[in-house]
Amino acid sequence: MKPALVAEVREKRYARGRGAKSHLALAGLSLEVAAGEFVALVGPSGCGKTTFLNIVAGLDRDFAGEMRLAPRPDGQPARVGYVFQEPRLLPWRTVYENIALVLPPQRADAVVKDTLSAVGLPQAQDLYPRQLSVGMSRRVAIARAFAIEPDLLLMDEPFVSLDHDAVEQLRDLLLRLWHARPTTVLFVTHDIREALMLADRLVLLSGTPGHVVADVPVSLARNRRHSAEIERLRDEVLRRHRELIGAAAATPVE
Amino acid sequence: MSVATTARRASSWMAASPVAQRAGSIALFLAVWQLVAEVVHSRLLPSAGAVFVVLAQECVDGPLLFHLGITLARVAAAFVVAMIIGTAIGIVMGRSRTIDALFDSWLVLLLNLPALVIIVLAYVWFGLTEAAAIGAVAVNKIPNTAVTLREGARALDRNYSDMAASFHVGRWRMLRHVVMPQLYPYVFAAARSGLALVWKIVLIVELLGRSNGVGFEIQLYFQQFDVTRILAYSIAFMVVIQLLEWAIFQPLERRASAWRQ
Repeated sequence: MKPALVAEVREKRYARGRGAKSHLALAGLSLEVAAGEFVALVGPSGCGKTTFLNIVAGLDRDFAGEMRLAPRPDGQPARVGYVFQEPRLLPWRTVYENIALVLPPQRADAVVKDTLSAVGLPQAQDLYPRQLSVGMSRRVAIARAFAIEPDLLLMDEPFVSLDHDAVEQLRDLLLRLWHARPTTVLFVTHDIREALMLADRLVLLSGTPGHVVADVPVSLARNRRHSAEIERLRDEVLRRHRELIGAAAATPVE
Repeated sequence: MSVATTARRASSWMAASPVAQRAGSIALFLAVWQLVAEVVHSRLLPSAGAVFVVLAQECVDGPLLFHLGITLARVAAAFVVAMIIGTAIGIVMGRSRTIDALFDSWLVLLLNLPALVIIVLAYVWFGLTEAAAIGAVAVNKIPNTAVTLREGARALDRNYSDMAASFHVGRWRMLRHVVMPQLYPYVFAAARSGLALVWKIVLIVELLGRSNGVGFEIQLYFQQFDVTRILAYSIAFMVVIQLLEWAIFQPLERRASAWRQ
């Protein structure tokens, strides 16, 4: 089977204004993701995870290397759904309009209603984003990404700054949606537990400049990912990859 | 009258509704005008009452409404042209550093060019035509609109356009749903100051090179030293402009910012 995503970022630099040396954000980061696979990118904050997602999303073309997404079966370019770290809903448009924005007009109505029900917010369509709770905004952002029936779903720490219960609910929601509408997922997080709960495979990134230091398949069946097992796996990952200690320290034990 | 009573009166005035306050303020102005005119008692300062009598007569039998209509049409044309071109220039300059660097000085030059010079040059180069008149007014307003909208374009939130770009939202939808809503406050600011500027310049354009409109009429009555009619025409026009502000701009602005409530 052809991979859904092949990325080979030899070098990504940020200019730092006149005269200053540019900042090397990524160096030699290569990644292949199979179609339908759920991959978690794990690494300390500031290691270029968001930079990499923006490259994959096509938002940033100023890098040395290659980025290929497998086209759809009908030959159209792959559709990418992006869930940003902040929900990024247009505050001046209603929930309905925010999702309809990314859809072709003729089928928007049915899809918006269907997706909002799927994330448990069928009543929210006429609200403005500022009327939503933080958790609801995230649900809408997830709904928007799933609404386009993405071939690749990019998620950039979509559950940060939420309380423990809300995170758990959203994780369950994400897995339910993903089972109902299978797609390739690239999920960025600095939380090893979260990665182990969600992903088929963990790709561990080093600190700056970011590159892959290890590729850890999660062999544990999804219905057996209970907290004791997750803790055991996490300890194992940390023991093997001491460079992640910094990342682990950043996530307090819940 | 004791200090306390004065203070109480002042505070009850502040407690009145904004509409009542405004009406009171205008009534006070008219009363002062009437009083001063009666004291001075000169043909060159007609009383408020006299001006309003003439205003009513001119509306019923005179050509006031005709001239008012002509002038309003010129204001509308110049305003629309200036807003569209100024907004486009502002957005382009706000988005592209190269174009901004290239044309910023032109904008400064144009901003500092006196309205009168633009008008005279327009008439000299393009003749005493309607197009030259409206064009001259628009050119006066364009740099101002462009500068305001350039500020707006610079303040556009990259996060939203990135979001839309990652979902492949088309150009037109991007403009309508992502870009323009962020620019509306700037558009309204430009439109308000624009209306105020445009209608004043239209009068000058009419005075210098048109044979109808409020500006032309005012010149006529200036030659006859007919201050009553000059004031009657001005008041009619000011009222119409204020009505436009209340009836069009304010409701539009409320609608555009409804999401904030």
